[in-house]
Amino acid sequence: MKARVHIMLKTGVLDPQGEAVRHALGSLGFDGVNSVRQGKVIELDLKDGTDEATIQDMCERLLANTVIESYKVEIL
Amino acid sequence: MHAAVVVFPGSNCDRDLAVALERAGARVSMVWHKDTAMPDGIDLIGVPGGFSFGDYLRCGAIAANSPICRAVKDHADRGGYVLGVCNGFQILTETRVLPGTLLRNAGLKYICRAVPLTVVTADSAFTCGYQAGQSITVPIAHHDGNYHADAETLRALTAEDRIAFRYGDNPNGSADDIAGILSANRRVLGMMPHPERMAEAAHGGTDGAAMFDGLVQQLEHA
Repeated sequence: MKARVHIMLKTGVLDPQGEAVRHALGSLGFDGVNSVRQGKVIELDLKDGTDEATIQDMCERLLANTVIESYKVEIL
Repeated sequence: MHAAVVVFPGSNCDRDLAVALERAGARVSMVWHKDTAMPDGIDLIGVPGGFSFGDYLRCGAIAANSPICRAVKDHADRGGYVLGVCNGFQILTETRVLPGTLLRNAGLKYICRAVPLTVVTADSAFTCGYQAGQSITVPIAHHDGNYHADAETLRALTAEDRIAFRYGDNPNGSADDIAGILSANRRVLGMMPHPERMAEAAHGGTDGAAMFDGLVQQLEHA
């Protein structure tokens, strides 16, 4: 089975990389980009039957830093 | 005083930290990250700067889960002294030995230069060699040194006098100009600037030496 973990900076945490991307889009002529937030996607290839709680545990203990990041688990 | 300096793949300030501690009179053992225990009778653990595991995932995140970090955490939990510099500070936040985290510098650039710091508190073994309010110059060399913590944590750090150093001219966007913080029991210090790179005349300054001198003196008599 496969799972996909989406990790984003929490609302309110400054994202200077997203801000730099927003600036670059503006200089390419894309007007009206109000904000850009950058995150990461991690794909996991797991033993069949791995439960979501185990994946949550992986997120809490390693994949995300919950001080600044939120995560969402998607079972594929 | 017997100190251990942890060595990860990609550590590059481990020897500098060891030399600075030895210069102040400490005996130093280097400990490989795959070891599971510290040598007996360790007074201080140094977690050095560098790029442990290439900063994959997040700076310090993989290192924080290496076997030796269990021993570092146990040492801190028992009330032992730990000094984390730069990547070492990032590792200590990832292990949750210290609160908050270090984000990408607000200006997105890697910054390597000597910066002015204010010593905020002299009330710790790490800062007892300084006067509170003293201005010192210490180099920084980091891409992710922008200290971030929630408002409640920041209030607690100030209220409990746990901010050890502040930047004179905030180079990276850190909350409250924070350059280094102490644990609640004041025995763990994490800081982004590198005192070990300003510890002898050949470094161009000696403002970092007082940290190691003070630390060795305090822990010798502990």
